[in-house]
Amino acid sequence: MSRTWAELLGDAAGAVDDEERAGFLGRLKESLSKSRRALTEQLVAVAFDPADGESWERLEVALLRADVGVPATAELVARLEARSEIGSLEEALAEEIERLFGEPPTLAVQGEAPRVILVVGVNGTGKTTTIGKLANTLREHGRSVLLGAGDTFRAAAEEQLEIWAERAGADFVGAPAGGDPAAVAYDAVEAGKARDRDVVIVDTAGRLHTQTNLMAELEKVRRVIAGRIEGAPHETLLVVDATTGQNGLQQARLFSAAVGVTGVALTKLDGSAKGGVAVAIAHELGLPVKLVGVGEGLGDLRPFDAHDFARALVSDSDRPRS
Amino acid sequence: MFDTLSDRLQTALGGLGRNGRLDEETVTKAMREVRLALLEADVDFEVVKEFVVAVKARALGADVLKGLEPGQHVVKIVHEELTQLMGAGDSKLAFGRPPTVILMTGLQGSGKTTASAKLALLLRRDGKQPALVAADLQRPAAIDQLEQLGRQIQIPVYRGEGTDAVAVSKDGVEWAKANGNDVVIVDTAGRLHVDEELMDELARVRDAVKPLNVLLVLDAMTGQEAVNVAKAFQERVAFDGLVMTKLDGDARGGAALSVKAVTGRPIKLVSIGEKLDQLDWFHPDRMASRILGMGDVLTLIEKAEAAAEEGEQEQMEQRLRAGEFTFDDFLSSYRMLRRMGPLQGVLKMMPGIGKQLDGLDIDEKQMARVEAIVLSMTPHERRVPHLINGPRRRRIAEGSGTSIDEVNKLLQARKQMAKMVKEMGKGKLPGLPPELTRAPRR
Repeated sequence: MSRTWAELLGDAAGAVDDEERAGFLGRLKESLSKSRRALTEQLVAVAFDPADGESWERLEVALLRADVGVPATAELVARLEARSEIGSLEEALAEEIERLFGEPPTLAVQGEAPRVILVVGVNGTGKTTTIGKLANTLREHGRSVLLGAGDTFRAAAEEQLEIWAERAGADFVGAPAGGDPAAVAYDAVEAGKARDRDVVIVDTAGRLHTQTNLMAELEKVRRVIAGRIEGAPHETLLVVDATTGQNGLQQARLFSAAVGVTGVALTKLDGSAKGGVAVAIAHELGLPVKLVGVGEGLGDLRPFDAHDFARALVSDSDRPRS
Repeated sequence: MFDTLSDRLQTALGGLGRNGRLDEETVTKAMREVRLALLEADVDFEVVKEFVVAVKARALGADVLKGLEPGQHVVKIVHEELTQLMGAGDSKLAFGRPPTVILMTGLQGSGKTTASAKLALLLRRDGKQPALVAADLQRPAAIDQLEQLGRQIQIPVYRGEGTDAVAVSKDGVEWAKANGNDVVIVDTAGRLHVDEELMDELARVRDAVKPLNVLLVLDAMTGQEAVNVAKAFQERVAFDGLVMTKLDGDARGGAALSVKAVTGRPIKLVSIGEKLDQLDWFHPDRMASRILGMGDVLTLIEKAEAAAEEGEQEQMEQRLRAGEFTFDDFLSSYRMLRRMGPLQGVLKMMPGIGKQLDGLDIDEKQMARVEAIVLSMTPHERRVPHLINGPRRRRIAEGSGTSIDEVNKLLQARKQMAKMVKEMGKGKLPGLPPELTRAPRR
């Protein structure tokens, strides 16, 4: 059973949930079946034999190829080795991956309005697009939303977010190019309060986690938000591109240190990339993945479901599943 | 994590290979570390495997060079092999009967639009007259983005209308031709390599504008997926070369090696910063150092050389030899450093220093205050710093809008630097790790 939006948002279950579950599972499978290199393809070709060193090596290779990285791969292999009975390797591996992700998280949108979501990440991961899609979904789930265009650096970033705001039916607070992002965040939160909006989402400029001055700027944005509403931002989402390799870990580490990331949005999972770096991030930093992006359409953002993700990561999705 | 390969090998090899020859045991141990290092750098798994076999063959039985540790010698071999592998092929762009068309392709978010503008600027510096064509009709406001970038660098931008990327690209090239531009850079929408429809559209764009150069723009942070992406783009649009972006971060950029090894297409350009003049031609040896985590020594040296104006360097050297270090020297070395770009970036490229910088903040504003203090001294004071007594300090503090305390600190810093310079004059290099002075430089 896939996780529904109602579950992620902490809402009471609605009638659309079942339909939503089926739709998402199908969609994820479809997108992942585009890949011809499903993780266990190589594993299934030769039956897995726990006594055989080569079998273990093939398992390692498959995980490394999915960008799970050396330490998390070693951890998964160790956990499997510790099992007395492995049974179906596919299943056992999926279970261990799922366990690494821990309890299913929720998105902090319950409580006194407005709830503030700050969205951060390196350049080109899909922050603005993710915000557009999230705003749309929140609107569909009965929330009023306001978007703050805190990316004052990249040319035309404001226009891009404004177009998304229109599509999603959300309010929009902009700023002049080159303006102070903290001032935009301030305006957005104040406007959210004044207009009594449920959720305020603040976009920020993409920045490499190694750019100290830009990371300091981000800290300031966070401070300004925290100064307007106690406990805000209630959610700080790090947007990570699923095609990212081991650098994703470093991104998660440094963004967390600067602004206290509360969850990851894993984007571009509609390609053939597996997004294995999310496993590495969960393993080393314990950061939950909350959202996954599976396309450019308004409806292509989904609650992360560790169960589905783990199985999609390890199963040969070209084969029908029983 | 992200230890340099040298460090790892040092640990792994311990006392091995000290008899002056890389024997089987040493090489096998070393190769395990090389393999891990390359995987951590996101080099494709298969590529790593083949590469390690090749390096192993070369390393086995090799005599360890005098003055090198066995581990360092392995690093040297790996570095050379990497450089050779990535350096094969022509890294220059092709130019033909004008206008030369350059087609920019890649996944979403790889940095095509920014790279397009940067490339236009770079080519204009080479004496070309480029134009840009905004053919990304997918992403909201992508056209506005390119137009704004074009305005910043005063490069004409063709603004496409409608939804037909093929027609827009074609019209754009015609428009540039009519305007007398000799290079046309066409920015296309980002697309997934598995998206049949959009890949097909890209192939049609290519057929319509007949580019002499099809460039694949690839994010340096890309993981194992890089190979699939590159293969798909090669199959569908036969790209000629690679532009690696976001190399100003701490990504090792192993994808560069993977793509080169799998497609045979050379890396042509690298993007090393957000500013529009931060696009550079590709240097395989630097990329090799980066993948191995050795720091970008050569880039640093080159930057320093370019920054130091001729004569200035010589004069400085003479002074240093004489063991002098006045505030004039302080100012000119400081300005040299500034010309090299943001200090953080410069220091990060130095081997061994990059890591120490974690958590250490270099305040660029603070640096500007330092400059103000020195500029508030009289020329005589700058040459003879010990003249600067209490009243002079107060005057300098007031003149520079700083405090006496800050002036005192700077005076102290100059003293220390002068001392360091004296040591250097005696041929000692304080504070630099010994392996740096022995690093292979070619």
